[in-house]
Amino acid sequence: MENLVQEAIANVNFAAIMPSLVLTLFGMAILLVSVFLPRGSTTPVAWLSVVALVVTGFVSLGAWNNPEVGFYGHVALDNFATFFNIIFLVSAALTILISDDYLRREGYPVGEYYPLILFATAGAMWMASGTDLLTIFLGLEVLSVSLYVLAGFFRGQLRSNEAGLKYFLLGCFATGFLLYGIALLYGVTGTTNIADIGMYFAQNPAYISNIMTLGGVGLLSIGFLFKIGVVPFHMWTPDVYQGAPTPITAFMSAGPKAAAFAGFLRVLLLALPALQPEWSTMFWILAVLTMIVGNVIAISQTDIKRMLAFSSIAHVGYALVGLVAANEIGISGILFYLLAYTFMNIGAFAVLVLAGKKGEDNLTLDGMAGFGYKRPFLAVAMSIFLVSLMGIPPTAGFAGKFYIFAGAVEAGYIWLVVIGVLNSAVSLYYYLRVMVYMYFRDPAEDFGWVKMPAAAVVSIVLSVVGVLYLGVLPGAVMEIAKLAIF
Amino acid sequence: MLTVHHYLVLGAILFTLGTIGVLTRRNAIVIFMCIELMLNSVNLTFIALSRHLGNLDGQIFVFFVMAVAAAEAAIGLALMITFFRNKESVNVEDFNLLKS
Repeated sequence: MENLVQEAIANVNFAAIMPSLVLTLFGMAILLVSVFLPRGSTTPVAWLSVVALVVTGFVSLGAWNNPEVGFYGHVALDNFATFFNIIFLVSAALTILISDDYLRREGYPVGEYYPLILFATAGAMWMASGTDLLTIFLGLEVLSVSLYVLAGFFRGQLRSNEAGLKYFLLGCFATGFLLYGIALLYGVTGTTNIADIGMYFAQNPAYISNIMTLGGVGLLSIGFLFKIGVVPFHMWTPDVYQGAPTPITAFMSAGPKAAAFAGFLRVLLLALPALQPEWSTMFWILAVLTMIVGNVIAISQTDIKRMLAFSSIAHVGYALVGLVAANEIGISGILFYLLAYTFMNIGAFAVLVLAGKKGEDNLTLDGMAGFGYKRPFLAVAMSIFLVSLMGIPPTAGFAGKFYIFAGAVEAGYIWLVVIGVLNSAVSLYYYLRVMVYMYFRDPAEDFGWVKMPAAAVVSIVLSVVGVLYLGVLPGAVMEIAKLAIF
Repeated sequence: MLTVHHYLVLGAILFTLGTIGVLTRRNAIVIFMCIELMLNSVNLTFIALSRHLGNLDGQIFVFFVMAVAAAEAAIGLALMITFFRNKESVNVEDFNLLKS
């Protein structure tokens, strides 16, 4: 008994969970602070949350090239986890900066909004650093449960209620599949540790084509693909993105998506490399479907939030191309792309947050008519983000797509790249249309309600800087991404 | 004689029933109950496999699944109440504000 306790204590390594630990403690402290502040004054809470994220960022950076493992191999804070931690922190910080004024405008200046974002970020970090299916599952749930609340945060608004409830029901449904997949894999291999599963399949290749293995991998993949929003598991994305509060939509499209990618990449590359021929074929088909469905349906949307939701589905398709390639440049290209996507998509949503009236019914194509003349700064920023989403140089979107497609070409998937590039061309139509409405239509309104709170402007400027930096000088970050993969 | 296969088959049947329930039922609370059925079938599978394999990982997993299911239930029922307050229904056919 004594030996067991000693062994357990020897396996506790707080350095391995330091970033999420710091963030969680900050989150709980901020939750308490927000209780004691007078009703409606959430600005200090927002700034405290930004401080928490910056502090956690420095803690995370300290783990670069300094990997830590702990808790019986359940957690590893390696370069891979650190790279993703930075993506999550950036997306959470950009989101919080655009939230404060928005919450007041929409009439919900409630303090627990910020701790919930911090907890979601901590959950995302658990997913990225989990080396056991149990840890990844727990991270996924901490992340999802926080997001269910955030999606339904506007209690009196039916649209937000509906988004939260839909996300909740479909998210739990997907969790069921994920868990059943884990159970079946556990039944075959006798362990839930990712490295051990990989070792088991390397030593017992006969079990790879076992029906239970294939079923387990399939169900596990459904769980992850749902979270990432891959066709045909994308049905929730447009509805939830449209109904949720806009900053939360921005956050969901960047941070949690990257988190699901992180967990999925680790499982596929470390636990299931033996099944690569199988999952490569599967993702080839899913990538093509996802790109085509996302882009084609986005064309017919008039609500800009919904249009960006379908565009985010299409972007997941591009990222999957890197997963099909599964070589060094393809996988590090995914990491680069997710970082680039964080800047460009949160930036685009940030402009929408400022452009919206209370209730946000004006965020349609017609509602944006003439925006470029009335609000030149915001319109220029929006144009930069849209150009980046299209994938035109010199922006981050181009560099990201370039690396991913280069990886696929190197691995010999020429047709997949052709389909991807054609899809990018299709996407020009609906992104350019927003710019056409902003610049070539007469303004129907004077956009007098658009305020420019300092925090939101900082967020937009940071996003512009990020998009341009990653677009003009992608080499440095790409080198870092190459060091971050396994 | 009951073997691990019986438990696995029972788990699979319960999981399928839960899935069918989620896809066919229209009341959000019933759908959520079907999801709980799916989670419990997973728990049963885990426990049977844990006993069969002779290691405890699966049983520990079950504790976590139960804790998470409780947290999900708390959040889910709260979301249903807020929806009900505004719409006086928890029927998924009334989720009609957001669509293509």
